[in-house]
Amino acid sequence: MSKLYAPGDVGLDQAGFSISRGEFVFLVGSTGSGKSTVMRLLIKEIEPTDGTLRVAGHDLSDIKRDRIPYYRRNIGVVFQDFKLLPSRTVYDNVAYALQVTGGTRREIRQKVPDILRLTGLSTKLHNYPDQLSGGEQQRVSIARAFINAPPLLLADEPTGNLDPETSIDIMRLLYRINRTGTTVLVATHDQTMVDKMRRRVLELSRGRIVRDEAAGLYARDETTREFARRLRSPSSRPPGLQ
Amino acid sequence: MRIGFFLREAIRAMRRNAAPSFAALATVLVTMLVLGVFIPIVQATNGAANSVRSRVMVDVYMKPSATAADDARVQKELLAVPHVKSVQFVSKQQAYEQQAKLDPQAYALLTSNPLPDTFHVVPDNPGNVLLVRNSLTPPASGGGTRVIDPAIQNVSNKKDDTKKILEVTNLVTITAAVLTVLLTVASVLLIANTIRLSLYARRREVEVMKLVGATDWFIRWPFVIEGMFVGAAGALLAIAVLGVTKIALLDPLANNWTLIAAPRTIAFSALVAVLLGAGVLVSSLGTGLSLRRFLRV
Repeated sequence: MSKLYAPGDVGLDQAGFSISRGEFVFLVGSTGSGKSTVMRLLIKEIEPTDGTLRVAGHDLSDIKRDRIPYYRRNIGVVFQDFKLLPSRTVYDNVAYALQVTGGTRREIRQKVPDILRLTGLSTKLHNYPDQLSGGEQQRVSIARAFINAPPLLLADEPTGNLDPETSIDIMRLLYRINRTGTTVLVATHDQTMVDKMRRRVLELSRGRIVRDEAAGLYARDETTREFARRLRSPSSRPPGLQ
Repeated sequence: MRIGFFLREAIRAMRRNAAPSFAALATVLVTMLVLGVFIPIVQATNGAANSVRSRVMVDVYMKPSATAADDARVQKELLAVPHVKSVQFVSKQQAYEQQAKLDPQAYALLTSNPLPDTFHVVPDNPGNVLLVRNSLTPPASGGGTRVIDPAIQNVSNKKDDTKKILEVTNLVTITAAVLTVLLTVASVLLIANTIRLSLYARRREVEVMKLVGATDWFIRWPFVIEGMFVGAAGALLAIAVLGVTKIALLDPLANNWTLIAAPRTIAFSALVAVLLGAGVLVSSLGTGLSLRRFLRV
């Protein structure tokens, strides 16, 4: 999968990069550097002023307005503010993503409890979002993003509202999803988290890509357990690579 | 599956957003109530105006010497005049009997019948009454007017009265029509505004649905169904109020004073259908259209 892209948007200035299938990439940069613009462009919420954007070989500008929903079903999105439906329970929030794609009741009954178990929410099925903690809400939104097993998962500041320990849980969850073969793109300004995770980092500054470290520093086949242990360790050196 | 899902979604939304739903319902209720009172009033007014106008006609009086052959000839001539819908013949004898019934004492004093044979000429449209009169009395060569047949004594000349009647009834009809249009526009705007407010409170929800990959119609249907429910409920309540009022107040009145029953108005069942249809249509269409701006993500 490649995304080549060079718009002259206010938020982005001739930024070009590509990400291959199955990668776990961080998009970092200070506020206003264009991280969210990249995310919004990728879900075709906004159009690039200039340049092209290709996802899985498709030029996004070729997707007609009425086809956008079908395109979005291939992308899981996680936001800083969770964007859950307040009038629905945890179960229904996740089920909605399946109902949208025309999933049958049986499919919903099978998949939803599975994914909620995976994200550790089995006991909260019938709670409403306002009855959950931030970390739990974010896990619901990740469950919703992943229920259709999309090839690409975007996370815009997924840990922005969460404490460090919860953030590690969320990152672990994202890593676990990445290991199923899903490409994961995480926008964040949490520098320590990025340093610890040792994944590829794209840094944006005033709309330009100023750093692209496809660091081979990490062990690709780390288990999520090892991954979490490393994240919690004060040292930023990966134990497996010393 | 789909329809069931949309229905469940609509009902869930109404339960979770009881206050805005109730506001929309109340708006529909009040609007339909006003409309339900106004429709019969406008109809009664128009009916009264039309019945006055339908009495506008030209009377043609025959000479006392006119024979039956003259009458037949004149009737044919009158029917040939443009804009004449029908011609009604009242013979001397019929006229005498009618008048004698009205004022027996006065007519008892008369030894002979002073009344002429008369034709009531009804124009196809009340507005054409003056045209008809003019063609019956074309301008004469030496000034003034003549009549189209020598057997005709004269043609009634109530020009001013006729004009006044036409003007007044026209004004009444136009006023009623303008009021109807204004009221309809106001109702639609009022309902649309209430709906927009209740949707505005839920615009974030719509945004999230779009981000998850819901198509516009997938998002819209539950809202439209909700609008239908709210519209139907509001209209039904309005109908119930109107029905109670009709049975409790209007029907006894109409039985006691025939005057109230006189103007022919819409049947109650037809009114029910109109209100229900309008309520459901305006409310569901309003929801669907108002949603459009929030769907542009």
